[in-house]
Amino acid sequence: MSKWSLITKGLIKDNPTFVLVLGMCPTLATTTSAMNGLEMGLATLFVLVLSNIAISLIAPVVPDKVHIPVYIVVIATFVTVLQLLMQAYVPYVYATLGLFIPLIVVNCIVLGRAEAYANRHCVLDSALDGIGIGIGFTLSLTVIGIVREILGNGSIFGCKFIPGDGILAFVMAPGAFMVLGYLMVLFNKYLKKQ
Amino acid sequence: MEFFLIIISAIFVNNILLAQFLGICPFLGVSNKLSTAVGMSGAVCFVITLATVVTYLINSYLLVPFGLEFLQTIAFILVIAALVQTVEIVLKKTSPSLYQALGIFLPLITTNCAVLGVAITVVTKQFTFGGEAHMLNLGQAAVYALSTSVGYGLAMILFAGLREHLAQNDVPESFRGLPIALVTVSIMAMAFLGFSGMV
Repeated sequence: MSKWSLITKGLIKDNPTFVLVLGMCPTLATTTSAMNGLEMGLATLFVLVLSNIAISLIAPVVPDKVHIPVYIVVIATFVTVLQLLMQAYVPYVYATLGLFIPLIVVNCIVLGRAEAYANRHCVLDSALDGIGIGIGFTLSLTVIGIVREILGNGSIFGCKFIPGDGILAFVMAPGAFMVLGYLMVLFNKYLKKQ
Repeated sequence: MEFFLIIISAIFVNNILLAQFLGICPFLGVSNKLSTAVGMSGAVCFVITLATVVTYLINSYLLVPFGLEFLQTIAFILVIAALVQTVEIVLKKTSPSLYQALGIFLPLITTNCAVLGVAITVVTKQFTFGGEAHMLNLGQAAVYALSTSVGYGLAMILFAGLREHLAQNDVPESFRGLPIALVTVSIMAMAFLGFSGMV
């Protein structure tokens, strides 16, 4: 597989949200606006790339029986680094995303890539795989965020272009499930077949 | 009175699945059949309550006195993983029938973000139940964890019942599987939204 296709496969073929259906909790909870979705995606991308690199380096020496706990500790370490960095440099983003930053530890995408890809490929490929899947996740979250923000608030990335209040339900819990459901339908119908 | 408010709030108003979005992956994964949904809910109930009490104690007697709060994420996930493993071993020895019922669901629970989510919430978030904002004490944390997981079970079992009926209907091709399930959850979440403002 060429290096370029490692990065692009996360967009459609192995899209973590619409095809693999992993990491649903942050996908639903943090996409109340386009900006929040983008920030959550980037936070996950950060952990995903670093943990993929670290795990592809240590995988040959980790005994098979304890590999899951070891991977979880590695991932939790990077999540803690991310938490401290975000608290220091972007505290307002940390406050909006709240609980879902520490919960990146149990995001099945991160452990899934470690288990399915990083533990048997070289460092460069694992890093590119992390970038590809991370970008796919970020884009999916941003798209969901854009749709919810347009319907719920009449704006994109905070720029209001439809006057009035918007449909409040789309910012709240029911809208998250509904937008994800219908986007999945569109994805299945128009993109998956190719 | 405060315990009553905690219970109502955790089960209905701030339902962990439909309002807080925690533990969605297993929710979508095992809700195909009513019987597996009941098994999963039982296991989640047990582990969330136990894990919350243990992590609460570890946080207040180990992490806080030594100023190690930044290790919360790592410490909690390790405790939860170890706890799930222990529960599995103990159940296998002492109650084979319960182990048979919960067995396959237990390993899945380590990566259920509801467990870590509740454990982190009770030690970091201030709650207001009628009075002023305050941190939960151990008893309140245990009640909060138990009622949250009852809310998880309630939503899961209701949804599994709906999904069994969905499977028998003629659904358009692109909607089959998860998309129609998500739209159904959305309507359920709307129903639960009706409870908001009660507490």
